[in-house]
Amino acid sequence: MIKLIGILVVIIGFLFRFNTLLVVTVAGIVTGLVAGIPFNKIIADFGQFFVTNRYMSLAIVSTLPIIGILERYGLKEQSEKMIKRVKNATAGRVMLTYLGIRELSAALGLNIGGHAQTVRPLVAPMAEGAATRKLNKPLPKKLRTDIQTFAACVENTGWFFGEDIFIATGAILLMKGFFESQGMHVGVWQMAFWGLPTSVCAFLISWFRLRRLDKRISLLAQQPSETSNEEA
Amino acid sequence: MHFIFGMEFLYYLIGIIVLIIAAEVLFDKDHPKRFTSGLFWLIFGVTFIIGDKVPASVIGYLVLVMVALTALGQVKNGGKESSTKEQRVKMADKLNNKIFIPALMIPVFTVIGTLLYGHIKFGSVNFVDPTQITLISLGIAAILAFFGAMWITKAKWSVPVQEGSRLLQSVGWAVILPQLLATLGGIFNAAGVGKVVSGIVSNYLPTSNSFVAVFAYCFGMMLFTMIMGNAFAAFAVITAGIGIPFIVHMHAGNPGIMAALGMFAGYSGTLMTPMAANFNIVPAMLFGLEDQNAVVKKQIPTGLAIFVADTLLMYFLVYHF
Repeated sequence: MIKLIGILVVIIGFLFRFNTLLVVTVAGIVTGLVAGIPFNKIIADFGQFFVTNRYMSLAIVSTLPIIGILERYGLKEQSEKMIKRVKNATAGRVMLTYLGIRELSAALGLNIGGHAQTVRPLVAPMAEGAATRKLNKPLPKKLRTDIQTFAACVENTGWFFGEDIFIATGAILLMKGFFESQGMHVGVWQMAFWGLPTSVCAFLISWFRLRRLDKRISLLAQQPSETSNEEA
Repeated sequence: MHFIFGMEFLYYLIGIIVLIIAAEVLFDKDHPKRFTSGLFWLIFGVTFIIGDKVPASVIGYLVLVMVALTALGQVKNGGKESSTKEQRVKMADKLNNKIFIPALMIPVFTVIGTLLYGHIKFGSVNFVDPTQITLISLGIAAILAFFGAMWITKAKWSVPVQEGSRLLQSVGWAVILPQLLATLGGIFNAAGVGKVVSGIVSNYLPTSNSFVAVFAYCFGMMLFTMIMGNAFAAFAVITAGIGIPFIVHMHAGNPGIMAALGMFAGYSGTLMTPMAANFNIVPAMLFGLEDQNAVVKKQIPTGLAIFVADTLLMYFLVYHF
């Protein structure tokens, strides 16, 4: 029971809004200590796990200089300009299209997206551009934030719920490996296949939420301009 | 197994990028916390370069220094907007759609690399490490896209340094959170936290009902994923503790369906937790949002709806196929 103290540390840390890095570190050290692991061994574990998980920073760090250059040379401005020319493009449809591409490609084992690689430079500005065209004026701050967070949301939804319908993906291999370690033999194809209904649900739920976003933008566009002047 | 490109090479590359940014911060006289912030980035860069060449405890103590610097508020974003909207609009009019080429080079070359590199061999020597093809493809795609961007924009070499520094500093300390969370998962595992959690769930719930068994498993996956920030870490713990004894053994459910949908229940939890930092906190920081939890909040309705659909699907599928 006392071993759960780390979870308690995490919950309290978030409630009191302590720095997240500090909370995670303290939770790890405290859990290790109550389990009777010597302090130096805990720190060595920190170093070991930190090093083996360095790959997690690869996508973000290696693409930032590129995105930085492109942003300086008008990537966002051009995305907005381009999407304004596409007829019928709405913020919701732009993001739903991305969600579809992301889920399908993830299902094929291809990782073509990412927040730093595609969402910030391409998806969000395109969706913002479509909304700006609809409103015909600069976006209110709240709507802009909503579109950006939705763009981040479709990226996560598409990747998570697409990825597991490909048999060679990490999660499927992890599940297979886990069952082997328990002395059970479970086929990879059925694990991949039965993920499909939930993936479809994830797409439909996102479609429903994005359609409501588009309706909100349409309503906003119909409002007389004096009510929205203050936000520009 | 012999190969030319492995992860090692990419770690050096990232280490060098971060060290250049650290230098940029250290020499930035207008930076509010140039020495301590610079030290943070210096250590982070160093972990990529010497990570597996020094004892793990050395890295462990370096990580503690990074955490301490952050917790004491010594890591600040000194990056500033280096161009105006007017300048960028002018550039966009000049380059037009050519600006998209380098951005698209990243996903396109990652895909091509993933499909191609595994087949390139020189005798018995592989072109890339066959166990890490996707990550290495991404790294190589980033290098190609970098030169593509430099060529198309004709930017000076100072531009990627300044702009990379601006963006990395806007992500800030959150960049090491994913690695630190993986560390927490490892330590929880070593300490045997999972067994305790499973014991509690199985003692206090009427799992003899087949729906309760499914619900307890899915809910456990979601909740534990939210606490740990990682569905993979939750999977072994909750599947061994709840899934196999109750769904598979007691009610003869299909383990493959259980695992597939159980992992998705975990992912619905990933959508709803700040602990899944690289998915939920990093994008909020990338967008420069005031509320670092804005993405988590936006995802709660989606996460809950998917959780409900997923639990019902598991109940109807796992005992029938």
